[in-house]
Amino acid sequence: MDMSQQTMTAARPATGPASVTAKVVARDVNVHYGEKHALKDVNIDIPDKGVTAFIGPSGCGKSTFLRCINRMNDTIPVCRVTGKITIDNQDIYDPALDVVQLRARVGMVFQKPNPFPKSIYENVAYGPRLHGIARSKADLDQIVEMSLKRASIWDEVKNRLQESGTALSGGQQQRLCIARAIAVSPDVILMDEPCSALDPIATAKIEELIDELAKNFCIIIVTHSMQQAARVSQRTAFFHLGLLLEEGETNQMFTNPKHEKTQAYITGRFG
Amino acid sequence: MTDIAGTDGPAFRLDMTSDAAKRRIRKRYAAEARFKAYGLAALAVTTLFVAALVFDIIRNGIPAFTQHSLMMDVAVPADFVPADKRSNPVAIRSADYFPVTRDALKAAIPGIQSRQGERTLVRLLSSGAADELRDRLVADPGLIGKTVRVPLLLSDDADLYFKGSGTPIIKRNGVGTATPSGTTGEITILTSSNDFAAEVVAIKQAAKAKADTLAIEAARLATFGGQSLAPRIAEINAEIAELRARVDSPKVEEVLDGKLPSKLVEINGGLVKLTRLTDISVAGEVLLPLTSAAEAKPGNWRVVTYATPESNRKVSDLEIGYLERLREKGFVENRFNTRFFTAGDSREPELAGIRGALIGSLLTLAVTLVLCVPIGVLAAVYLEEFAAKNRLTDIIEVNINNLAAVPSIVFGLLGLAVFLNFFNFPRSAPLVGGLVLALLVLPTIIIAARAALKAVPPSIKEAALGVGASHQQAVFHHVLPLAMPGIMTGTIIGMAHALGETAPLLMIGMVAFIVDVPGALTDAATVLPVQIYLWSDLPEQAFKLKTAGAIMVLLGFLFLMNGAAIYLRKKFERRW
Ligand SMILES: Nc1ncnc2c1ncn2[C@@H]1O[C@H](COP(=O)(O)OP(=O)(O)O)[C@@H](O)[C@H]1O
Ligand SMILES: [Mg+2]
Repeated sequence: MDMSQQTMTAARPATGPASVTAKVVARDVNVHYGEKHALKDVNIDIPDKGVTAFIGPSGCGKSTFLRCINRMNDTIPVCRVTGKITIDNQDIYDPALDVVQLRARVGMVFQKPNPFPKSIYENVAYGPRLHGIARSKADLDQIVEMSLKRASIWDEVKNRLQESGTALSGGQQQRLCIARAIAVSPDVILMDEPCSALDPIATAKIEELIDELAKNFCIIIVTHSMQQAARVSQRTAFFHLGLLLEEGETNQMFTNPKHEKTQAYITGRFG
Repeated sequence: MTDIAGTDGPAFRLDMTSDAAKRRIRKRYAAEARFKAYGLAALAVTTLFVAALVFDIIRNGIPAFTQHSLMMDVAVPADFVPADKRSNPVAIRSADYFPVTRDALKAAIPGIQSRQGERTLVRLLSSGAADELRDRLVADPGLIGKTVRVPLLLSDDADLYFKGSGTPIIKRNGVGTATPSGTTGEITILTSSNDFAAEVVAIKQAAKAKADTLAIEAARLATFGGQSLAPRIAEINAEIAELRARVDSPKVEEVLDGKLPSKLVEINGGLVKLTRLTDISVAGEVLLPLTSAAEAKPGNWRVVTYATPESNRKVSDLEIGYLERLREKGFVENRFNTRFFTAGDSREPELAGIRGALIGSLLTLAVTLVLCVPIGVLAAVYLEEFAAKNRLTDIIEVNINNLAAVPSIVFGLLGLAVFLNFFNFPRSAPLVGGLVLALLVLPTIIIAARAALKAVPPSIKEAALGVGASHQQAVFHHVLPLAMPGIMTGTIIGMAHALGETAPLLMIGMVAFIVDVPGALTDAATVLPVQIYLWSDLPEQAFKLKTAGAIMVLLGFLFLMNGAAIYLRKKFERRW
């Protein structure tokens, strides 16, 4: 494992210093679920183009923070978010901002593959159609094909576009969900443990895909697998008990963590 | 086997070999076997009940779907409808069909002279006997002046007779040579052998048995004592004495009355109903005229017994004589009872049909459906997906559930108070029935729809939100369509419930006797279950069959609807 970890991280240098092209900026973000203080004073700059991984023990608030970035927490009645998050310097909690448009700009891939129980084509076409991205049927066909190709699932499904998305294997379903997310050309893609329900081969395919997508998108991925974080990300943030304890380049974080909790976690002493 | 407790402390071992362990296993097996037996017994009992119910309904209901008529050549006289009016259907419809059918019937059984005989013969036909003939003539006026072969509908009693509710008929050949004294009216028949000895003995035995039961009755009354019973006891004793005298004197001729099985003689093509008899001679009344008064050789005449006494059946001996004669001549046909499905209600069982009730049910359910589905689904979607979760919505939710448990008659009272008395809607109308049933079914549909919406995994909605659908878009594009089979199942079950509902409709007057098939939502109408209720209350035996037949139709619809619900559920069943 150590071997591959090193080779892979070495093969993928960070795109650049975070400060230069910070895409997503969070300042003093606090989240409460009713009485529960789930996220405390989170401050982070996430660069454009590249992969940022959120790691940390279960229940530490990774998903909560991720869901703040596309305001998915709005759908939870007891959830209250304070602080400031900007994407491209625009405050996403600005009351004047339309949350639906925000979600079109910030795509999301969930832990469990959740394709619509519709045809593969319809799964991908739904977003573009909703937002009027395609002007004609031909446009839509093109968007669907392009998205499926970028999600590297095109070859597997091109002859069965009208079959149900739920008939695919788990890994294929997750790539279909990624295709669905990128079909609306988002700026940011959030992935919440996208491989936790998949077998190693499917996982490898998704990781390969994330690599590829990182060239064009700002990807934020939550993972419980240190190896995965090491393999796919350029930057890593370590959460613990609602606090963002440490954040930095993945290389540096895995070889020389600043915080002892980080050290303990990545060496597998708790988690 | 590992030692869980470790080196110190007691050893907790999995013990599988000791007697205690074996006992444990046996006990578990016994418990499982017992449970299985209870389950099977419960299942058997339910199956038995259902099977008995279905069997009984089908056995009673099947005869309602056929009806006996007389297939006859009816001569329609040329002057039946004047030639210049034949193009007018109204003139053809309003012509008097009674003489035509009467003449056809008289031609079928010739020689009946008495007025009473003729009246009895004509009454075998239904009052709607000529309906088919009328329709034929209206459709083709060219048939006027010709002989038309049409079925003439029999009356309900005649129909029931052919369906087997009459009497067992026993025939035996005469042994001696029989000589009738005439061909019509009151005649006597002498036989050369003592052909009627058995009958005389049987009558004496019946008389003896009756005397014995009367004696017991008299003794019972005597134990009460008291003056008030004395005349009654004296009366009974006199009757006993009379019966005993009859039993003891063998030479006296026996009189047959309606309380004994009827005895008849078939001779020379006629039928004689016996009234008095001795061993070798009988006197009786001619029901069907004899062709001649010539003597009949042994084997050429028969003694006929109608085993059920005349007073215990709906059809008289005379009617049976006519009906059997008509059957022998091949006029009687049992045909599918289309009228049952095409006619409205009627006071005459053989003319009554369920069409009025069916259309009434259809119109009522249409109103219910049109109101319930949109209101129910929107209410469910709003409550489930959009309404804030607070006290108010909690109260609404609890009350919707309560409403589903309210006895249906209460909805009827509500409908009476609100729709009839306040809004002055017409009574007995499918519109009001539909409104009331909508109130009744709405909670069911809301509950079913909410359950169906809840069953759609939230991940689907999240997926839609994730690609930038608004909450409402996510619900209407994804959640609602996926919940639709469940909602439809709930709706169908609700509708089936509404279809079988009676009580609330009684309250709003849908229980009236309505002959016309309703054509509009505001016409007076009744519905299938209420029709069943109405028919089940009528005294005529034939309506009992109609009731069972209508129940079969209702159950058919209910099974169909529930089948559709199950089909939908199976077809759209999803694994996420
Ligand atoms: N919908 C919710 N309602 C209440 N508490 C929640 C909800 N979602 C998450 N939490 C709580 O917030 C904390 C962080 O959860 P989460 O962000 O899901 O952790 P993880 O890092 O494992 O993804 C947990 O303690 C969890 O119990
Ligand atoms: Mg999580």
